[in-house]
Amino acid sequence: MRADAVETAVRTGRLTRALIYAALLVFAVYYLLPLFVMMVNSFKELDEIRGGNMLALPELATVAPWIKAWNQAQIGVQPTGLAPYFLNSIKMVVPAVVISTLLGALNGYVLTKWRFRGDTLVFALMLFACFIPFQIVLIPMARVLGFLGIAGTTWGLVLVHVVYGLGFTTLFFRNYYAAFPTELVKAAQIDGASFLQIFYRILLPSSGPIIVVTVIWQFTNVWNDFLFGASFADFDSQPMTVALNNLVSSSTGVKEYNVHFAGAVLAAIPTLVVYIVAGRYFVRGLMAGAVKG
Amino acid sequence: MSFLVVSGLEKRFGAVEVLKGIDISVPQGGFLVLVGPSGCGKSTLLNTIAGLETVSAGEILIDGARVNELHPSKRDIAMVFQSYALYPNMNVAKNMSFGMEMRGVPKAERKETVARVASMLQIEDLLERKPGQLSGGQRQRVAMGRALVRDPKIFLFDEPLSNLDAKLRVEMRTEIQKLHQRLGTTVVYVTHDQIEAMTLATVIAVLKDGVLQQVGSPAEIYNTPANIFVADFMGSPSMNLVPARLDKDDGALVVSLKRADGSTTVLPLHRPSDAARAFVGRDVILGLRPENIDDATELNAGSGYHHPLEAHVEVTQPTGADTLAMIRLGGREAVARLRAETDARTGERRRFMVDMSKAVLFDPETEERL
Repeated sequence: MRADAVETAVRTGRLTRALIYAALLVFAVYYLLPLFVMMVNSFKELDEIRGGNMLALPELATVAPWIKAWNQAQIGVQPTGLAPYFLNSIKMVVPAVVISTLLGALNGYVLTKWRFRGDTLVFALMLFACFIPFQIVLIPMARVLGFLGIAGTTWGLVLVHVVYGLGFTTLFFRNYYAAFPTELVKAAQIDGASFLQIFYRILLPSSGPIIVVTVIWQFTNVWNDFLFGASFADFDSQPMTVALNNLVSSSTGVKEYNVHFAGAVLAAIPTLVVYIVAGRYFVRGLMAGAVKG
Repeated sequence: MSFLVVSGLEKRFGAVEVLKGIDISVPQGGFLVLVGPSGCGKSTLLNTIAGLETVSAGEILIDGARVNELHPSKRDIAMVFQSYALYPNMNVAKNMSFGMEMRGVPKAERKETVARVASMLQIEDLLERKPGQLSGGQRQRVAMGRALVRDPKIFLFDEPLSNLDAKLRVEMRTEIQKLHQRLGTTVVYVTHDQIEAMTLATVIAVLKDGVLQQVGSPAEIYNTPANIFVADFMGSPSMNLVPARLDKDDGALVVSLKRADGSTTVLPLHRPSDAARAFVGRDVILGLRPENIDDATELNAGSGYHHPLEAHVEVTQPTGADTLAMIRLGGREAVARLRAETDARTGERRRFMVDMSKAVLFDPETEERL
C-alpha cells in the first residue's frame, strides 16, 4: 500500500514513525511482561524458580502446578484446589451480569423513550452509584442481606453486584438509547406494540454493541471483585478471588510460587475469554439503515 | 361530511404554547397538507392526530368519533415518518407485517397482504432485505408499504420526501398522488415545501408559530392569501410585496407606486373588496405574483386587466423554462417572470404589463389582506 493511501490525521516522516513504533513496543512489553512471567513460572518446578531467573523459559516443563492449583491445593482447611470456588464465581457472575444488564437496558429505555417529569434527576442520582466507594456500603449492605436472609449465600452476592452495577449499566444503555431514533418507538406504538414488546422486539435486537460493552464491563468487575466476596460470602460461597487470596497468603508450609502463578492465571482466564469472544462485536454497528444513511 | 375534524386544538409543553387553537376539517378522501416554516407546530399537530402527543385542549374527531383518549394503535391510522423509521433488525417483509402481527392478524393473511402491497409498490424483490441494504428511495417505498398494509382510515405523512434528492422527490410525489387517486383514503401530509403543498393538496393549512394562518384550496391560498405571511410563504419566487398608496381616481380605486425619480405609477384596481374601499387615502402593501408582471405582448395588450408599468431591470436570470427579471418597484426589489425568449437586458428601462386582476392588497399594520 502506498503511504499516501493510508488515511491518517498527521503526516509522519520516517523518524517519527520509528519513534512511535518504538514507544508502542515498549508499552506492549511493559504490559505483557507480567503475563509472561506468570505463564513461564507456572510451568516450572519449584526448585527451578528458587534457582533464580524469573524470565527464563522452563528447563523442564510440567503441568503439575496447574493440576495442584485446580483441585489439590490447600485452601483454608480443605485440600480442594480452586475448582469449587471457580464454580462459585460462575454461579455468582452469570446471574449478576444477566440481571444487571437487563435492568440497565430497561432503565435506559425508560429514561430516554418514556420521559417523565424529573427523569434527568433520577438519572443523575443513579449515576451517583458509579462513584460510591465500595467500603461505604459494606455495613448497610450487610444489614440488608441479613434482613433478606440471604447473607453468606451466592444469591446475596448476586444482589450486591446487581445493585452496584446498575449505575453503570443504566449509564451505558441510557447513552446508547439516547441516540436511538425515537421515531422507531413511535412507529411501533402506531403498529400497536406494547411497552415491553417495543423493548424486546425493537430496541434489544438493535443493542448488540452496547450489550457487549456492558457484559464485558460487568463480567470483569464482578469476577474480579474481592471486597464484597471477602465480606459477604461464607466458605461454601466464596468466589475465586477470595480463594486465590487464601491460597497465596496461607502462612504455613512452603510458598509454592508455581502453584500461585497457575492459580492466578486460572482466575484471570474467564475475563480474557469473555473479552476475546465478545471484543470483536465491540466495534460492529448494528444500527445501520434504521434511519436515513 | 367532514371525516377528520380538529377543533379548538391547543398544545402546551410546560409554559410553551405550541398550538394555539387550531380548527381544520377535511372531507373523506381529502388530502390535507400542513405547511409552514420550521417550528411552526405542523409536526406537533400531526403527532396529536396520530395520538403520539396528548392535547392540552380541544378535540379531534375521526369519522365522527372522538379519538383524544385513544391509543395511537386504536385510531386506525398509519404513519410515514420523515426518517422512515424502519425497524433495523427486521427485513422488509417483517417491517411491513409487524403491525398486523401486533394486531393478531393470522399469518397467512399477513403474508398475502404484504405480497399484495409489495406488488403495488414494486418492492417484491426487496422483501428479504434489511433496511440497511436499501437505498433512500427504496426505504421510502418500504415505509409507504408499511403504512399501506394497514388499510387505515387516514394516512399521516411527516415530511416523507425531505430526505430524498430532488429528482427522486418529484417522482415519489407523483407516486403518492397516484396512490391517493387510486385508494381514495384521506391523507394528512406535513411538509415545509410549498411546491409539495400546492401539487398534492386538496386542502392546504398554513401554520406559523402555532397559529393557523389560512385554510383553503391550493388556488385560494395562492391567489387570495389571507395575510402577508401566507403570500410570502407560498409560491416560488415568492409574491412581490410593494409599498403603495390607495387613492380614488374618477370614482375608481387606484394604487400609486413611487418611483426612484419621485414620479408615481398609477395602476387601477379591479373588483376591490369593501375593506379596500375603506382604505382610500392610506398606505397599503400591493401583492403581485411574479407571473403577473410580463413583457408587453399581443396576448395581454387588449385584455382590459393589463396595465403598463415602467421599471429598471437590475439583472435577468434565465431558468430555461422562463426568465426571471429583478426589477425595482416602489423602492423595493421585485421579480417578474418573463418568457424564456424575452429580450430584456440587464440595466435597461423597460415597459412591463401588470395583470391587475390578480393583484391583492394588504394592510401594512395588521398584515391582513384587504
